[in-house]
Amino acid sequence: MIWQLDIIILSFVVICGIAAITVRDLLGAAILFGAYSFMMCLLWAEMGAVDVAFTEASVGAGVSTVLFVAAVFRTSRRSKD
Amino acid sequence: MNEIASFIIAKYNYWIYIVLMMIGLYAMIVKNNLVKKIIGMNIFQTAIILFYVSIGTKRGATIPIIYHGHGDGSHAVHATDYINPLPHVLMLTAIVVSVATLGVALAIALKVYRRYNTLEEDEIFTQIRRK
Repeated sequence: MIWQLDIIILSFVVICGIAAITVRDLLGAAILFGAYSFMMCLLWAEMGAVDVAFTEASVGAGVSTVLFVAAVFRTSRRSKD
Repeated sequence: MNEIASFIIAKYNYWIYIVLMMIGLYAMIVKNNLVKKIIGMNIFQTAIILFYVSIGTKRGATIPIIYHGHGDGSHAVHATDYINPLPHVLMLTAIVVSVATLGVALAIALKVYRRYNTLEEDEIFTQIRRK
């Protein structure tokens, strides 16, 4: 665990999380949530949890983003908040 | 004062986990859009996974794969040289459960959209009250 890398990735995680819930376009929110999941994957690879890291990379950053994008295309992209 | 500052700084992973958890809770309670609520639920789940993975880390330890695992003969394994893999295994299950709950939640949101033609919570409530 390298603490400099840890702090950089943790700040990216918090920024991506806040951006994913504040952006008004739902497609943009889905893509930002994918970036959030990928940052989480990097964080776990850096913390030594390699099995959790590649499960998150395939399931969290891959399948979740596909599900979100599919749901947004079947509904509407606009959001009031 | 110095002890308090070092206590806060030394456990920064846990503080970030609390911050992420509060971001998810805020999105679940305050946001009006159903997809935003689902994103908040996922952020909450990953915050809890971050807490559990932070429990297992050790200073100066390597990843939990035994170094001479396939060699001949037997070696003594020092448990302090390896990161604790038990929280990782628990959280592997939690990730799979979280993607399952995400699929169910998005399916319910799609059903709501087909019935009320909107994803905003207040518009759905006004349509329910009108009936």
